[in-house]
Amino acid sequence: MKLLLCLRNTAKSIGSNCNPDLTTVQRWPGDCARAREVSLSKMFAPLMAGLFLCVLATASVGLEVKTAVLRIDYPRLLPISRYDLRADDIGFAGAILADEDNGTTGGFLGHSYETRTIAVTPDAADAALAQILSDGIRIVALLADEADLLRLTDRAAEAGALVFNVSAPDTALRDEQCRPNLLHIAPSNAMMADAVGQFAIWKKWPEWLLISGSNPADVKLAEAYRKAAVKFGARIVQDRVFEDTGGTRRTDSGHVLVQRQLPTFTQGAPAHDMVVAADASDFFARYLSYHLWTPRPVMGSAGLRPVTFHGAHEAWGATQFQTRFEALAGRYVKPEDYNVWLALRVVGEAVTRANTADPDGIRNYVLSDAFELAAFKGQKVTFRSWNGQLRQPILLYDGQITVSVSPQEGFLHQRSALDSLGLDAPESGCRSFN
Amino acid sequence: MKATIITSIALSVLGLAPALAGKAFVSNERGNTITVVDTDSWEVIAEFFGGNRPRGITVSPDGKLLYVCASDDNIVRVFDTETYKEIYTLPSGPDPELFVLHPSGNPLFIANEDDNLVTVTDTETHAILAEVPVGVEPEGMAISPDAKFVVNTSETTNMAHFISTGDYQIKHNVLVDQRPRYAQYTADGTRLFVSSEIGGTVTAMDIAPDGTPSVIGKIKFAVPGVLPEWLQPVGVKITHDGRRVFVALGPANRVAVVDGATLEVLDYILVGQRVWQLSFTPDEQFLLTTNGNSNDITVIDVKKEKAIKSVQVGQQPWGVAIID
Repeated sequence: MKLLLCLRNTAKSIGSNCNPDLTTVQRWPGDCARAREVSLSKMFAPLMAGLFLCVLATASVGLEVKTAVLRIDYPRLLPISRYDLRADDIGFAGAILADEDNGTTGGFLGHSYETRTIAVTPDAADAALAQILSDGIRIVALLADEADLLRLTDRAAEAGALVFNVSAPDTALRDEQCRPNLLHIAPSNAMMADAVGQFAIWKKWPEWLLISGSNPADVKLAEAYRKAAVKFGARIVQDRVFEDTGGTRRTDSGHVLVQRQLPTFTQGAPAHDMVVAADASDFFARYLSYHLWTPRPVMGSAGLRPVTFHGAHEAWGATQFQTRFEALAGRYVKPEDYNVWLALRVVGEAVTRANTADPDGIRNYVLSDAFELAAFKGQKVTFRSWNGQLRQPILLYDGQITVSVSPQEGFLHQRSALDSLGLDAPESGCRSFN
Repeated sequence: MKATIITSIALSVLGLAPALAGKAFVSNERGNTITVVDTDSWEVIAEFFGGNRPRGITVSPDGKLLYVCASDDNIVRVFDTETYKEIYTLPSGPDPELFVLHPSGNPLFIANEDDNLVTVTDTETHAILAEVPVGVEPEGMAISPDAKFVVNTSETTNMAHFISTGDYQIKHNVLVDQRPRYAQYTADGTRLFVSSEIGGTVTAMDIAPDGTPSVIGKIKFAVPGVLPEWLQPVGVKITHDGRRVFVALGPANRVAVVDGATLEVLDYILVGQRVWQLSFTPDEQFLLTTNGNSNDITVIDVKKEKAIKSVQVGQQPWGVAIID
């Protein structure tokens, strides 16, 4: 009780803008979270340092871990569904939670964590990264598209910084475009497509009608589904492209047009078990399910979707993650939040176990066999040593519940069943990790 | 179930029921009930409302009071083990998951999963005596036989925290593998076992006379035909003589039998689906397992190390406590 009071009082005195008693507590500013951790480590470090030394040979006192989350906000059209509107703090809320989680653990070891969160327009991204690096931060989580991500990662490499990709799904980043200082928390298009492919094969639905969008991101995603079909023995009975000509989204009469256009568009396809939608730009797939000519389940960008995480996921203790996140952010978690949280938890776990805050030290530890982390997905997550991709189960989500989780039963692998998703060592063209 | 109750009443009226049958109380996390099982006939004899999301469950040393962590009610509910009536509730702090009772029956040490706290509640005055800040997602709770230390495991911090019951300060922290779920001392207090669900291991520590822990090894598991990631240790129970350690392996649907001295895994007993918590009958003749996905409990003959029976209980059984 005394300890707790001490903690709360210290938090108040340190963070001038931070009052945990405010009713707006569900949207704690980052400063407040930081102040709490500082106070925790201040409180515990002197008290327990002596005791830790006798138990934990690896523990030492006084590591300050500074990280940054840089998010590029691109001009984008509104999503088809209001449920997909992007919150202002998307990704950042995950960082605050990770700082709290890491800070609580760090409090017992004399480690403190501080994460800076920055949102910028695309043209301000380089300057923002330069500022981060000049302020001495060497661990950065990036939410950026492929080209920007690569350019910024290379800039970070010049400063010896480690980068976590928390949003870009492009398979090429794990292939010939990989970088030695770039670790991927976000799953690749290949992992997502393989997760759907395995489920479809488990269901014995091997005949697919592939409908893809015409934008570059859609084309890349469609390619991942074509490869998944070959990999798991499915057959794409027909490959159709739905042109993005602009047009109705969420307008009052939009559904009237959609209801007439999509049945005719999907008419006359060869017999198929299901429809696979590749719509990374979110302009048509959400309309498909009930507007097909032939009634079939839809998977991919609509219907049953592969995701890293969602707000209804409960299994494996995830309920506790959800309640912690919702109390903090005042909304349901999005994949970006989970990915940022996971990136910073990877850092925290490496700092805790390897007792280093050095980017190379962290990189070497997380790529080693010693690294493992619980991530509310039923099994430990680890990194692929050949391309820096996080191995992880993929949730198959229907918008309400976790319908299934891939890898599916029966898809075996000599190393880990998780390596049946995405680029395996012999398939990856990445040579930066050897 | 009514029929069962009537039968059992009829039997006792006729004097046919065994005189001293014990009872197992099973908390059903989804069903919000407590199932009562006769440990002689292995029949379900009652089911009653146990609060919302009942998980941790234990009994007072005299066997008269049943304590239940009603996680979604943010309280501990206390029931009469004879009448099954709720007598009172105890303040627990938010989201109580697991707890451990002082051998004297007072106080109760409760893990608050959402709040990174261990709450100490006086079972007589019903007052909160202390709140001890611990790691993220506290869950497992154990008390040393001399009652000098309470051990809490934090699932996301991955530590076992050794809290002195004298001043409620943490004296030792030991890093263990991913997602530590449960801690259990041997009866003589010289050894402690901590299960790590996602790490797939059980860490064994020797405990010095002053309570200081030192890690001596890790127990690992392997079952042919079962994916390694399904071997998720949760509940741990140790025979009084310390010779056998039983470890529930979650979705592997097995209980591992471990040699308490050599830490070698001797056997795997097939039980129901997603086995979590374990409890001995007071005479240590039987070990009961709660199987969350098959909604049943498995009865294991401790000497023979064999499963002898399964009993259907409520929805998603979580924990089990047994009285004479």
